[in-house]
Amino acid sequence: MDARYDVIVIGAGAAGLTAGIYLARARMKTLVVDHGTIGGQMILTYSVANYPGVAEASGAEIVATMRRQAEGFGARVLGQADILRMDLSGPDKVVEVEDEGTFTAPAVILATGGVPRKLGIPSEDAFQGRGISYCATCDGDFFMDQDIVVIGGGNSAMEEAVSLTKYARTVTIIHEFDHFQAQPWAVEEARKNPKIRFLMEQDIREFAGDEHLEKVVVVHKRTGEVTAIPATGAFLFIGYVPNTAHLKGIVHLNERGEIPTDDLNRTNIPGVFAAGDARVKRYRQITTAVADGTIAALSAVDYVNERARQPAMPSRRQRFLKERRPVQA
Amino acid sequence: MLQTNLYHVETVEQFQELLQNNEKVAIVCGRMGPMCIPVYGVMESLASRYPDVQFRDMEFDSPVGRETIRALPETRNFNGLPFTVYFRNGRVVAATSSIQTKQQVKEILDRTMCGTTAGAQG
Repeated sequence: MDARYDVIVIGAGAAGLTAGIYLARARMKTLVVDHGTIGGQMILTYSVANYPGVAEASGAEIVATMRRQAEGFGARVLGQADILRMDLSGPDKVVEVEDEGTFTAPAVILATGGVPRKLGIPSEDAFQGRGISYCATCDGDFFMDQDIVVIGGGNSAMEEAVSLTKYARTVTIIHEFDHFQAQPWAVEEARKNPKIRFLMEQDIREFAGDEHLEKVVVVHKRTGEVTAIPATGAFLFIGYVPNTAHLKGIVHLNERGEIPTDDLNRTNIPGVFAAGDARVKRYRQITTAVADGTIAALSAVDYVNERARQPAMPSRRQRFLKERRPVQA
Repeated sequence: MLQTNLYHVETVEQFQELLQNNEKVAIVCGRMGPMCIPVYGVMESLASRYPDVQFRDMEFDSPVGRETIRALPETRNFNGLPFTVYFRNGRVVAATSSIQTKQQVKEILDRTMCGTTAGAQG
């Protein structure tokens, strides 16, 4: 198996696959590698209705098309691949993948995306799949005529709360602030729904129950009042965090764990670019990830071509001989 | 029909034969939804690493799904797709609900399927 590539893309979500398409089409020998499922968060999206040029499609359908495009142009796409080691410091970047081998390339694009934010309380993991869910479309019908909660205050929380009223008897939206981050139209839609009620300025203290979730214990942030809300289901939509923990010490990260770049998506390391939700930016959408992937890929192509045009670095002996040579008049 | 690269269990008879004829079996019972697709992918990627384990999937809403995996006592309190059940010598040794990472699945396989201690409880 050939281990030398022109560009290695770490991450195969919208940004990584787009980079793969652009790189392979530019005749760059390209490896796209992801430790998880090809498609990243996009594959977790049940329906995408606002991707320009696509009337409506599931995230999985868009992923399948993007992957076919990337592979059709010649990129190699590896999913479920555990990255054991990454050394991006030198002119030749090294990426070691379990069961696949060690790959090198002059350029790397970091498109590691984001992962759903968790509350970080011990009972959260214990009730995953036993009441706690991150997908209303997948698991909503388990909660027919039951009382459930939605945790979060963004667009996803509002939209999914409305969607869950198709199944649940009541939906309580619990939010940590006294106002929502969601767009006004999304909040209005939720407020209009008679099955939805709101609990503001609450911290989640605990998920409780025996074999499955039975109640959610919250604490009012200002008064300290503790309330146990009977609920058999809790749907969490509290945003995403950049999936960059494994990049600490390898590339510069800001205080939120995001990768800072310039407008050509260059990081602080020559030959290392970043794209998608792992990068510092305000809006995280499939469309912005696709744009990022494009920019990073084109910048990487320029970098690789420029490097190929440069003469090879002379050896110490060559430099020594050149310095000794008398200047010709 | 699930669009995966795993073999599908489509009837109760297939399910029974699978458990009777194989010591180690892992079945993902789900739909083609956002939480299920990654788990099918994990199983596909692990098939070569665990050649003695039979990896299968099963349509959640099919009769076989209702009569087998969904009817198990181990999945009674599950309410997150997919339901993934690990069998050894016909007995349930582990069961999970909702999305799982490759690392989580490997941990279960290493704990319940490796070694010769048949019937270990997961």
